[in-house]
Amino acid sequence: MAKRIGIEVSRSIAIAVKLANVDVVSAYPITPQTHIVEDIAELVADGELEASFIPVESEHSAMSACLGASAVGARTFTATASQGLELMHEVLYVASGMRLPIVMAVANRALSAPLSIWGDHSDVMSARDTGWIQIFAANGQETFDNVLCAFRIAEDRRVLLPVMVHLDGFHLTHVIEPIYIPEADEVAKFLPPFEYPLPLDPDNPVSMGAFGPPNIYPEVKKAQQENLIASKEVILESWREFAGVFGRSYEPLECYRCEGAKVLLLAMGSFSETAMSAVDYVREEGDEVGLIKLRLWRPFPFDEIRRAVEDAEVVVVLDRAISFGGPGGPVCSEIKSALYGLDKRPKVVGFVGGLGGRDISRDGFVEMIKRGVEIARTGSDQEFEMFGVRE
Amino acid sequence: MTKVGDELTWKDLEIGSIITEPGNADQNQTGDWRTQRPTYDHSRCIKCGLCSIFCPEGCIEPNQEGFFEANLFYCKGCGICARECWTSAITMVEEEE
Repeated sequence: MAKRIGIEVSRSIAIAVKLANVDVVSAYPITPQTHIVEDIAELVADGELEASFIPVESEHSAMSACLGASAVGARTFTATASQGLELMHEVLYVASGMRLPIVMAVANRALSAPLSIWGDHSDVMSARDTGWIQIFAANGQETFDNVLCAFRIAEDRRVLLPVMVHLDGFHLTHVIEPIYIPEADEVAKFLPPFEYPLPLDPDNPVSMGAFGPPNIYPEVKKAQQENLIASKEVILESWREFAGVFGRSYEPLECYRCEGAKVLLLAMGSFSETAMSAVDYVREEGDEVGLIKLRLWRPFPFDEIRRAVEDAEVVVVLDRAISFGGPGGPVCSEIKSALYGLDKRPKVVGFVGGLGGRDISRDGFVEMIKRGVEIARTGSDQEFEMFGVRE
Repeated sequence: MTKVGDELTWKDLEIGSIITEPGNADQNQTGDWRTQRPTYDHSRCIKCGLCSIFCPEGCIEPNQEGFFEANLFYCKGCGICARECWTSAITMVEEEE
């Protein structure tokens, strides 16, 4: 039987990694990811997890070590945040291009300068196009569950792609939540042993990561794109199977009180939990608003987004990252482009907020909804607004 | 895999474009990068083989008469053989000539 315990979300990830019976972990500690890898290192040192923990001198090396481990067919995990994700940036493309199913927890954090250890989505948005499957968690249980799902999705033979599970730095990593921790045999039922189809093996030699001249490179990229798109079916299937074993189900996005709502708020990550309270509050005031919690960031769930907003007149999107000099936030841009080709589409209003750990309270979201509706009505000469910034 | 280079579609590729056939790099024509090619004056060649030692592509071998010549399927036309030949038996010429 699963036990529900109060535990820091970071520490629960270490338990998920242990339950997944990971073979190799290579990581470099960085705030706010530190507790995840500290706990894993302890589990390995105490003999509770039979795995190699490879300590390295940087995140670039951490991801490189993960590549090697995954290539021999080891179940591989790492975690990072912010500058660490940036430092491993070039190697992220190698992991997806070589189709190595590494699982990584990213404790989303702002980027320097100015130096900030606090949460936002600047780090992940820089890694948006690296070819990884990317899932955003809104709370501790979702994080724990999706770390387990990530292994199953990544290692499925139809997928074989690396997966990032995003959790907001501090807002999730450092909070203590009641989390259902399943038994090892339940996890074993859900997560079969990993077997890479063409591993590095001296008895059956293969070449990995070879040179791709112009006469083959575009074919390789097309295969990668098709593969990432096709992974969505497996992601949905894995979530369904997960629900069958553990009773908690996940979808690419979740609609909260969207029925009859003419105004929809859309957010990713832990802030969507606060946004739920704001929706409740505005509903009590008599206005019909709803919330879309976007969970699957890559592959992007185009159809689900289109269906979710089909009856709405206004969609207010919160981004916790900024594309400087561009159209605003990456999430809002993608929502807009997903809807552009439709004959009937809602007005999409973008806000960039919650940068560098700045909180947005329930009242903040209420204000954002109202301001979004106003902009939708009157129009604006700006592509987006930065929310809660002192003028 | 029997198809090579230009014949492969994206569906033919192994996972992560892993190469399962050892040594298939020799099917990769590097000679089409060339803008210059080596020409030989056999009257000056002393068959020492220095050109083949210096060739970064490793594509110079003696022909049936023992004269060293580059395999133009692989030769990239770098000219190192001509530069190193101590009897000046090799001259690089433009490909269009």
